[in-house]
Amino acid sequence: MRESGSVRRSRGADPVIAWLLLLPAVALLALFTHYPAVANLVHSFYSTPRANHPSTFIGLDNYRNLVEDPVFWKALVNNLWYAFGTIPVSIALALLMAVWVNGRVKGRGFLRLAYFTPTILPMIAVANIWLFFYTPEYGLLEQSLGWFGLAGHNWLGSRDTALPAVMVVAIWKEAGFFMIFYLAALQSMSPQLAEAAAIEGASRFYFFRRVTFPLLMPTTLFVLVNAVINAFRMVDHIVVMTRGGPDNATELLLYYIYEIGFRFFDSGYAAALTMVLLAILAAAALLQFGFLERRTHYQ
Amino acid sequence: MSTLRASVNVTPATGRPFLLYESDRASRALETLGAWILGVLWILPLLYAFWAAFHSSADSTHFTLSAPWTLANFVHAWHAAPFARYFLNTVMLVTMVLGAQLVLVTLAAYAFARFEFRGRGVAFALVLVQLMVMPDVLIVENYRTMTALGIKDTILSIGLPYMASAFGIFLLRQTFKTVPRELDEAARVEGCGPLATLWKVYVPLARPTYLAYALVSVSYHWNNFLWPLIITNSVESRPVTVGLQVFSATDQGLDWSIISAATLLSTGPLLIAFLLFQKQFVQSFMRAGIR
Repeated sequence: MRESGSVRRSRGADPVIAWLLLLPAVALLALFTHYPAVANLVHSFYSTPRANHPSTFIGLDNYRNLVEDPVFWKALVNNLWYAFGTIPVSIALALLMAVWVNGRVKGRGFLRLAYFTPTILPMIAVANIWLFFYTPEYGLLEQSLGWFGLAGHNWLGSRDTALPAVMVVAIWKEAGFFMIFYLAALQSMSPQLAEAAAIEGASRFYFFRRVTFPLLMPTTLFVLVNAVINAFRMVDHIVVMTRGGPDNATELLLYYIYEIGFRFFDSGYAAALTMVLLAILAAAALLQFGFLERRTHYQ
Repeated sequence: MSTLRASVNVTPATGRPFLLYESDRASRALETLGAWILGVLWILPLLYAFWAAFHSSADSTHFTLSAPWTLANFVHAWHAAPFARYFLNTVMLVTMVLGAQLVLVTLAAYAFARFEFRGRGVAFALVLVQLMVMPDVLIVENYRTMTALGIKDTILSIGLPYMASAFGIFLLRQTFKTVPRELDEAARVEGCGPLATLWKVYVPLARPTYLAYALVSVSYHWNNFLWPLIITNSVESRPVTVGLQVFSATDQGLDWSIISAATLLSTGPLLIAFLLFQKQFVQSFMRAGIR
C-alpha cells in the first residue's frame, strides 16, 4: 500500500476537510453518548430535584442507598443468573444451528428460516406470544404438559420458574441471531480442510472438535461479547411478561433503572444504578479489546 | 452391506468424501432429526399465534382442526387502536433514522478510511465507545436532554440518539478501505473534489454494505421498544411497538385472539418483507457480522 506521496498529500492531508466530514456524526455522538455518560456520573452525586427541593450535591448518598437496596442486589444477581443461563445455551444452540444449516441437512431452507425468524421480530411482540404460551390452564405449555399429567404450573407467576421462563424467551430470540455469525464464519472456511480430514479418515465429530471449533474461536469471542451486552440490555419482554415480578424474581438491572427513573421518577438514584450498568459494559469492552482484537491473526 | 460401504467410499475428487463410516450415516440421521425438532420448536410460538389470531377466542386454545377461520380479530384490533397512525409513525421513524444514518455514516467513514489527520485514532476510539455504551442504556440522561431541547414526545426525539451510528461508521470504513486508491486518484485527476469522489467512486462500490446496513438498521428500529416507550406519550408519536404494548396492556383483558391478531398485525410488514427477501436478509446480517 505504498503509493505516490502526492496523492496522499493532496487528498488525505487536509485535516479541515476530514474534520468537516466528521463533524455531524461526532457532534451527535458527543451529545447522545459521551455527554450523557459523563453527565450521568455527575448526576449520580446529586439528589433528585423535587417540587420544592432543587437538586443538591449529596456525595455518595445515592450509592449508599444502592448498597442498602435489596431490590438492586436482587436485580444484579438475577441479571447475572440471566447472563450465565442464556449466554452459554444460546451460543451452543447457535453453533449447532449453524453447523446443521451449513451442512446438507434435508429442508435446509426451512430450518434456516425457522431459526432466524425470531431475530427479526420485535421482542415486545413475541413476548405477547410467549405470555400466551405460558398462560396457566389455557396456554400451549400447560395444555401439552396436561397430556402427560404434569400441568398445574403458573410459570410466570411463581418465584421459582419466572426467571427461567423469561430466559427461555431470550434464548429463543438470540440463538438464531448468533447463528448468522457462525454461518458466515463456516462459509468462509476452506472446504479443503474437510476433504483432507476425510481422506485421513477423521470422523465428522473429531473434525469438528479439532478443526472447526478452534477455527471458530474468534467468532465465538465476538458472539460472546455481543451476548454479554444483550444480557444486560434486553429487557423488553420483562415489560410485557412479568414487570419484574413476582416478588422481584425477574427484576433485571436495566428494567430496574427504567422503573426507578420513569415510574418512581427518582433520577438521581437511577443515575447511580446506570453507573453500575456502565461499569459492567465497560468490563465487556475490556474483554473485547483484550481478546477479540487478536482475531485478525487467525484470518 | 459391503457393497453399500463401497458405494459411498468415493474419492474426494467426486466431491462426496464424507460418508466414510456407517456411524456417520447414523449420526447424520440423528442430526437431521435434531435439526427438525429444534426447527419446529423454534417456529411453534409463531404458528401458535397464527392459530389464535385466525380463530375466535373460544377456539383459540382448543386445537380442533375443523374450527372455523375468521378475520374478525384483525378487524377488531385494527379498530380498537390507531394502528394506522402507529404504522405511519414507525415508517417515518425508520426512514428518518436510516436517511440520517446513511449520510452521517458515509461522511465519517470516508474521513476515517482515507484521510490522515492528527487525532484520528483518538476520534475513532471515541466513536467506538458507542458500541458498548448504547443509547439503550443512557435512557435517564437522554430523557433529560430531550426535555431540555424541548422535543420530548416527537418522532425526532426517538431517532436522534441513534443517528450517528458507530456500528455503521465501523462497517463502512472497512468497506471504503478496500477501494483501490487508484480509483480515488483517477477521480481527482478528472477534477473531482472530496465529496464528488465519495459520491462517484466510494458510494457505488459499497452498495452491498449499504444494503446490509440498511436492513439491520430498519429491523432494529422497527423493533426498538424501551426508549420509544419512555420518550413518547401520544398517539401522534408512538411507534407500533409501543402502540401494541399500550393496546395489549390496557383494555383487552385476556382476549388472546385479539392480542395475537394485533401482534401479527404489528409484525406483519416486517415479517412479509423478511419472507420475501429472506436471502438478502440473512446475507446482510452475515455481511454486517463479518468485521
